[in-house]
Amino acid sequence: MTDDGETRPPRDETRAGADVPAPADGTVAATGGAATATAPTGAHRVAVSEGKRSERRLGWLLCLPAAVIMVVVTIYPIVYALLLSFQRADLRFPNDNKWIGVTNYVTVLTNSFWWHAFVITMIVTVISVAVELVLGMALAMVMHRTLLGRGLVRTLALIPYGIVTVVAAFGWRYAWTPGYGYLANLLSDNSAPLTQQVPAVGIIILAEIWKTTPFMALLLMAGLAIVPDDLQRAASMDGATTWQRFTQVTLPLMKPAILVALLFRTLDAVRIYDNIYVLTNGAQGTSSLSILTYHNLIGGLNLGIGSTMSILMFITVAIIAFIFIKGFGTAAPGTDSTGRR
Amino acid sequence: MRRGTKPRLRTGLAVGAAAVMAGTLLSACGSESTGTPVLNLYAYPQQHRADIVKRCNQQAHGKYRIDLNLLPRTADQQREQLVRRLAAGDHGMDILGVDVTWTAELAKAGWIRPWTGSNRQQVENGTLPAPLSTATINGQLYGAPNNTNVQLLWYRSDLMPKPPATYQGLIDEATRLQKAGKPHYVEVTGAQYEGLVVWFNSVLAAAGGSILNKAGTEVSLGKPAVTALSTMAKFANSAAADPSLSNTQEDPARLAVEGGTAVAEINWPYVYASMAADKPAMLKNFKWAPIPGITGTGKATIGGENLAVSKYSDHPDLAFTAALCLRNAANQKYGAILDGVPPTIESVYHDTTPLDPNKKADAKTNPSMATAYPMRQAILDELRTAVSRPVTATYQNVSTVTSTLLSPPKSIQPESTERALRSQISDALQSKGVMP
Repeated sequence: MTDDGETRPPRDETRAGADVPAPADGTVAATGGAATATAPTGAHRVAVSEGKRSERRLGWLLCLPAAVIMVVVTIYPIVYALLLSFQRADLRFPNDNKWIGVTNYVTVLTNSFWWHAFVITMIVTVISVAVELVLGMALAMVMHRTLLGRGLVRTLALIPYGIVTVVAAFGWRYAWTPGYGYLANLLSDNSAPLTQQVPAVGIIILAEIWKTTPFMALLLMAGLAIVPDDLQRAASMDGATTWQRFTQVTLPLMKPAILVALLFRTLDAVRIYDNIYVLTNGAQGTSSLSILTYHNLIGGLNLGIGSTMSILMFITVAIIAFIFIKGFGTAAPGTDSTGRR
Repeated sequence: MRRGTKPRLRTGLAVGAAAVMAGTLLSACGSESTGTPVLNLYAYPQQHRADIVKRCNQQAHGKYRIDLNLLPRTADQQREQLVRRLAAGDHGMDILGVDVTWTAELAKAGWIRPWTGSNRQQVENGTLPAPLSTATINGQLYGAPNNTNVQLLWYRSDLMPKPPATYQGLIDEATRLQKAGKPHYVEVTGAQYEGLVVWFNSVLAAAGGSILNKAGTEVSLGKPAVTALSTMAKFANSAAADPSLSNTQEDPARLAVEGGTAVAEINWPYVYASMAADKPAMLKNFKWAPIPGITGTGKATIGGENLAVSKYSDHPDLAFTAALCLRNAANQKYGAILDGVPPTIESVYHDTTPLDPNKKADAKTNPSMATAYPMRQAILDELRTAVSRPVTATYQNVSTVTSTLLSPPKSIQPESTERALRSQISDALQSKGVMP
């Protein structure tokens, strides 16, 4: 991973042309991320010189301490959770621990609460990420095109992302509480939207969108920055309308950035926890997978069932990431980006 | 490069270890510099608890010092902090203020110590049997009941001159008031949370049943449960039910009566003090009665707090002594009068001396049990027949499953709901099921 991250950006630069303005900090990071994800296609193409190789070895060595610590602090808990998921392990019955094979998996996968949470999680993920993509794209275009007060616009747009999620979620919760909430008071009757399933899920999605659209916009703006201006100019010379330029030039070239943004946000959204914890804590059937896992693990003290859920969530996330990265492999424009037009 | 990293890593480790050791030494100094053993009390926020702790610290004459640590405000968060730290074997907690419903859970997990010998005798001496039963598991006493609680039927005597003894009676009264165009809702805690379990447990007890058997090992339910569920369903679909019944917790119930939309509520005694503070004009018509039942007066479900000593306490003997002080009759009276938490020691209910025995009793400046607790006889009477919630280590699961299946009360189908409860609670008892 690291080694491709190092070799890719130069290749991007050559492809995009020398006249591309130097990208801002965020751009470099995002391009690096895109390159990481597109690794399979580009890995074998670059011939590496001796100096380059020793430089790369140095890079590896510099990364080693961090990598070792990462492995120690992540592998151990993951293995431990995996082991727990095959046991009856309930903190309230410390003497009854025993190996029970896949019983926990059967219990969870045949349980309606689990599938209900799964559906809720997917609904929240799909709707929030889709809306965020559209809004984020619009916001990114605005931020990219703005000439006056660009810094100010970007700062303003990033405010929601800068607020601690839990604090923001409390803001939303109070806003929707009848009596003193300004949003709840807009509703005609004295209804409490957070106490009904559909409105509550809607509010959760809204809070998610509000919170993470700026993040999406930031990643997309980085993608916009790598779209060369002369391609746009050439397209308009050929008589392309603004919309055509957007769909035929900008979008295809931005595809890696879009996919990375989608991947990050989807993985985030699948693990949604803090907003729901504060807004409903899973009441009225609004539990996400994380909330359900938390309730069983920490509330129920059932390490077996809770670990099983964690592992299943891990698998879900891995599958989504796999699909996305697979998607990258096939759709990466790096293979022949100009031919697409 | 590779050779270079090693010493650096070692240095890092050494620095880290030194920091940890320094931290340990510092904290060790902190607790021993005074020479007085410090007992950490973890309990829910109660306004005047700090005063009680101070009184006990004075009486200890340097034998120990209790440090009061507040748990979060909601019951779930309180429990979570306790169990998480107990599971990790945290030595920093000595005396725990434990809700009656968690006592069995903590005891079965081996996280709290049984009260034995003279400590146990001192707790049992003069304490009402109902609160004691919440702390007694397999014949062992695991907590010292510090306060207790039962719901009463609170009603507006200007609208409902004679309080009915049954749910049917309440429905009839509500129908009559509805026809007369007057406030007719009877508030109960019907939201999907612990309050719904309390309601079900009370109605079930009135029908002569219980959720689990006495030993807490198997599901009981059965015919009484079907009767109880039909009563709840009928009530939830009657004129007595507030349209927002399925969202009603204690406080909305209280506010509905104070706000004039409801004629009565089944609620904890704190509503009396609230009424006195919020709507003093309504207080003279704000009366209480035993909670309703099915064929006659109902049975209340007991709440409250037990004081337990952590297994990981470094000073267990002192912790028991200190807990005995915190819950003695004088301190229970203090808490009852100033914080409104009903005592567990029977003699406190009959106490007539005001807070400051040297001055004349006065409702405002020098309250006594009589002025602060006009409903104390009703509470005492209910405590004699009160039932506890299932005493089981998996109470948390049982409760969550129950409230989920009973919500919303309007949609209860007595027979099938009973069957669903039976199967899901059985799973919960074996920690087999998934908690919602």
